Amino acid sequence: MGFFDKLKKGLTRTRESFTGKIEQLVMGYADIDADLLDELEETLIMADVGVKTTERLMDAVRRGVKKKEINTPEDLKPFLEARITEILATGSDELHTASEGPTVMLVIGVNGAGKTTTIGKLSAYYKEQGKSVMLAAADTFRAAAIDQLEIWSQRTGAVLIKHEEGSDPAAVAYDAVKAAKARGIDMLIIDTAGRLQTKSNLMEELSKINRVIQREIAEAPHETLLVLDATTGQNAIRQVELFTKAAPITGVVLTKLDGTAKGGVVVGIKSELSMPVKWIGIGEAVEDLRPFDAADFAKALFDK
Amino acid sequence: MIFEGLADRLQETFKKLRGHGKLSEEDVNEAMREVRMALLEADVNFKVVKGFIKKVQERAIGQNILDTLTPAQVVIKIVNEELTELMGGTQSRINMSPTPPTVIMMVGLQGAGKTTSAGKLGFSLKKQGKHPLLVAADIYRPAAVKQLQVLGEQLEIPVFAMEAGTDAVTIAKSSIDFARSHVNDVVIIDTAGRLHINEELMQELKSIKKEVRPHEILLVVDAMTGQDAVNVAESFNGDLGLDGVVLTKLDGDARGGAALSVKAVTGCSIKFVGMGEKLEALEPFYPERMASRILGMGDVLSLIEKAQTAFDVEEAKKMEKKLRRDEFTLDDFLSQMQQVRKLGSFEQIMGMIPGMGGLKKQLAGADIDLNGKEMKHIEAIIYAMTPKERADVGIINGSRRKRIAMGSGTHVQDVNKLIKQFAEMKKMMKKMKKMQKGHMGLGGFKLPFMH
Ligand SMILES: Nc1nc2c(ncn2[C@@H]2O[C@H](COP(=O)(O)OP(=O)(O)OP(=O)(O)O)[C@@H](O)[C@H]2O)c(=O)[nH]1
Ligand SMILES: [Mg+2]
Repeated sequence: MGFFDKLKKGLTRTRESFTGKIEQLVMGYADIDADLLDELEETLIMADVGVKTTERLMDAVRRGVKKKEINTPEDLKPFLEARITEILATGSDELHTASEGPTVMLVIGVNGAGKTTTIGKLSAYYKEQGKSVMLAAADTFRAAAIDQLEIWSQRTGAVLIKHEEGSDPAAVAYDAVKAAKARGIDMLIIDTAGRLQTKSNLMEELSKINRVIQREIAEAPHETLLVLDATTGQNAIRQVELFTKAAPITGVVLTKLDGTAKGGVVVGIKSELSMPVKWIGIGEAVEDLRPFDAADFAKALFDK
Repeated sequence: MIFEGLADRLQETFKKLRGHGKLSEEDVNEAMREVRMALLEADVNFKVVKGFIKKVQERAIGQNILDTLTPAQVVIKIVNEELTELMGGTQSRINMSPTPPTVIMMVGLQGAGKTTSAGKLGFSLKKQGKHPLLVAADIYRPAAVKQLQVLGEQLEIPVFAMEAGTDAVTIAKSSIDFARSHVNDVVIIDTAGRLHINEELMQELKSIKKEVRPHEILLVVDAMTGQDAVNVAESFNGDLGLDGVVLTKLDGDARGGAALSVKAVTGCSIKFVGMGEKLEALEPFYPERMASRILGMGDVLSLIEKAQTAFDVEEAKKMEKKLRRDEFTLDDFLSQMQQVRKLGSFEQIMGMIPGMGGLKKQLAGADIDLNGKEMKHIEAIIYAMTPKERADVGIINGSRRKRIAMGSGTHVQDVNKLIKQFAEMKKMMKKMKKMQKGHMGLGGFKLPFMH
């Protein structure tokens, strides 16, 4: 299955309900009236797009009606699709890699977002590209977190750097960067403990991990990925805002898009914080990770 | 970004109509726009919001505005009452079976917090004199069994697990026999996280249910969940018939509208809330608190409770007396700060008090930082002072300041700043004292240094 098919499959439900809803709207109304616009607004909000971004989109629709860009209910879908694609496509989604030496990826996020699983998938992805991969178990806090990552390293044939449970996560990161450099590793991916963005001590811990990495390799981490559960509502915005203060985020990974959650939060994040989305997770298996492609994503959201 | 609570926004909306006549339809509609916005921003499901607004609207139109309440307060009162009612009463109890073992099943999406909640629930029951057994039925996620085993070890609660390859239904079934022969009177089954649309895995839960006939099936829901919460809750409830909900990660800053959505579509009470990663007992759910949290009106009650546990009552009385007599010293200042810190960051505390937005800004100007590094500096400086100096900052002249700075490894500026801060704090406390007597409506809440 190609990327587009897989993505489409993953988003089938999203698409069915979203597109279906809009089509239903189009069928049900001969003219664009207040009720129709209300229902459109509902569809966006129910997709977790967020009140602010929804208002922005609805304003654009109203302007489009005024400017005669939208003349019939049938024009609504392509119009919105274009607007959302536009929002999603702003900013660079490109992946940063090291020009020489290991590319360091730091993976962060709230508890249970899907960090460790995403790392397993990333490991498989880079292994498949013929790269050497090292994983660092810097979640030294959660029970059995190290074992979990170890299983992923075995599954994907990656090297694992680990310390004892309860040890200093920054020390794990430090050792890993040293080891990756010494062993000529291509990709070093660092797992961190899940933390809520409001815990200042834990955010300070994250900054420290970031600093330690930077001290070893000035441009590193080349990627700091915030893992976001697509089921998350508006708190996702706060997550991006606060995490990036502790460790500047280069991109977002949106996981669990295989559920019924619409992932509309990405549109909100893009439009309010212009934070690029780099990967999406569409399942629990190693192959269920895809680079984010704004156009494909928007298309899959609307396409039949 | 400080969230301007609903209270502030409604106050704004109603500025022009302070205190006369009845609430007109137009007034109410305008207010409802704000309420709707607040609820949607809090992630309450769109449909749930719609129904709720309709109900409040009906009640609010034509309502008399009493002299004692502003129109905004009238609306908030109605909103709060309806919200609290919708949220249901406090029911933080497990249905215990008259014939042990009582069987509890934890279910939910991936990453919701089932395993941690299972551990916490076990801990709560153990503290109540029960003998719980934790059952590791998540056979899918790598190291999930190990995670529960580690928790069990930490809590000194036995964990039932079977060798890899055993299916979840067999594990659950066998655990009941194990509990019987080991005199465990409560069995808590930790199941794997799954999507509500995964038929195969939902079937697994149905099979477990059929085999073990649980007395409680608890849905674990992440407080950060968005609009999709209704789909998840509806599916799990439809497939299994839920008995209650555990709302996790409430220690963050999510407004937690999902709580309302889940309650509305399942009718199930939220029984417990998770407030941290540490293995403390699960905390009971309080509908009124959740209502004001969702509305962005602060969480005064939680603050009170936190304050009550963090502050020593005797100590508090002593402080009050000292304050009244203006005998408050730097020593007291230090011990107060240390106690306040137990409540969380200063920003968090302020966030829990409604209408404190303004004061928060003022305090930012006063440069009071009770967190982290600065706190350590302050401690060091105060410890470097003589008892006499601590009792009376007035005697701390230039040369004393220099000595204190040396002794504490700080700079004279730091010492100056602290002394200034101390003065500011005394001033601020006077202000807060006044405010508390005034119109802020802090209820029975008081920090020990306020009276
Ligand atoms: N359906 C689905 N499940 C996922 C996806 N990504 C992760 N998960 C599941 O979500 C759960 C939590 O994932 P983890 O990778 O352990 O999350 P984490 O962020 O590392 O969690 P902590 O380290 O405990 O904070 C696991 O059960 C994963 O299998 C996804 O894209 N889709
Ligand atoms: Mg993890």
